[in-house]
Amino acid sequence: MAYQWDFSPVLANAPLLVEGLVNTLRITGTALAFGVALGLGLALLRLSPRRFLSWPAGFVIEVFRTTPPLVQLFWFFFALPILVGIEMTPFVAGAVTFSIQSASFFAEVFRAGIQSIERGQWDGARALGMRHDQAMRRIILPQAVKRMIPAFMERAIELMKTTTLIATISYADLLFAANEVSQKTFRPLETYTVVALIYFVVIFLASQVARLVELRLARSGESTVH
Amino acid sequence: MTILKVTGLTKRFGNTDVLRGIDLEVARGERIAILGASGSGKSTLLRCLNFMERPGGGTIALDGQVLGREGRAGERSYPESELIQVRQRVGMVFQQFNLFPHMTAIGNVMEGLRTVRGMPKPEAEARAAKELARVGLAEKADTYPAHLSGGQKQRVAIARALAMDPEMLLFDEPTSALDPELVGEVLAVILALAEEGRTMLLVTHELGFAYHVATRVIFLADGAIHEQGPPDEVLKNPKKDRTRAFLASHKQFSF
Repeated sequence: MAYQWDFSPVLANAPLLVEGLVNTLRITGTALAFGVALGLGLALLRLSPRRFLSWPAGFVIEVFRTTPPLVQLFWFFFALPILVGIEMTPFVAGAVTFSIQSASFFAEVFRAGIQSIERGQWDGARALGMRHDQAMRRIILPQAVKRMIPAFMERAIELMKTTTLIATISYADLLFAANEVSQKTFRPLETYTVVALIYFVVIFLASQVARLVELRLARSGESTVH
Repeated sequence: MTILKVTGLTKRFGNTDVLRGIDLEVARGERIAILGASGSGKSTLLRCLNFMERPGGGTIALDGQVLGREGRAGERSYPESELIQVRQRVGMVFQQFNLFPHMTAIGNVMEGLRTVRGMPKPEAEARAAKELARVGLAEKADTYPAHLSGGQKQRVAIARALAMDPEMLLFDEPTSALDPELVGEVLAVILALAEEGRTMLLVTHELGFAYHVATRVIFLADGAIHEQGPPDEVLKNPKKDRTRAFLASHKQFSF
């Protein structure tokens, strides 16, 4: 006997899923914005010739890269409030966790990008009398960022998928909404099929936009697209 | 009048002594060609003069002012702020051009004026256009380096250095990375600068060019000045055997 697919109960609960998607985008966007900024900061610290700057940055990066994100999330949500007495909403706990967690990966992307720029570019900048920070901002980073786009996109996609973990601490993201819909409708197969499709469409569109940006940048000479 | 005075300059990389005590005095308007086999330390010497490499020992004085501070153990330290001043006064042109690929030709030439000098954009643009015209590339202002030939890239790099009004120019094998047919256009630009009476130090393998453009030729061997003098002496009647052997090994040698 073939399974009788019926999507109508799921579609009747579309508003719930839409709300879940909005929340997923909200947590992803927040973590992405803080993660990229923090990641750049961590990368610059890690590349510093001064030990007392590079070592702590390296430590943070390694700790967050080598522990499961779900453990980190639980730690920030359950353990940190006990230690320092700060109560966090699920959203804040998720934002903090995913920001730092993705920052540690973005830091490595930034570092690889910065280190891939030839020494001659530093020479050219320094020969004009630029300070280290001017050379980094005007000459090195703009080139490094272009080379980083593919790795960067991959991390952003990974981040969006990682945010599904936030459903475990009862934040109403897309996966959490899906649980609710599936329990309400007794249609888990249809519900999770729709949810998988939503993730696919959003992430696929985002990666197409990234590819477009990359092609646009490629016009100004050097780029990662050949 | 002396612009640059180098005393006892040494540099080592790991266990290798690349420079073993260079003494060199450069007068304003002098054009010095630095020759030597690869590994003789000629590029390192040049790179020490604008502190792309930190000198190991010895002193460098610009306009009579000794650079850096003496530390307790006798070694010198060079604060970045001082090096930034020096590099604006001593321009450098590299073998590999080192143009910024994400900026147009004029963007490259403007960059130092804008970022280092803080010059307003219209002014910097006008100045950069003038320098590009000087090297014959006015019509390539909006072209990215990827679309320029090697010779054109090097001329943009020269314009970029000139825009900062350097008192002295360092050329580190400016034509070594070029296809032979592109060497001439770059040498012509350097020759024009020489005729303006600019002070320049030039590491090169183009002996014929060195003969025509230099007021003094220095032959380096094993990190020390082996022989120096006017081009007529050093290139035509070298006194030392190693200089002679080096010149003989350059087959294209012709005046």
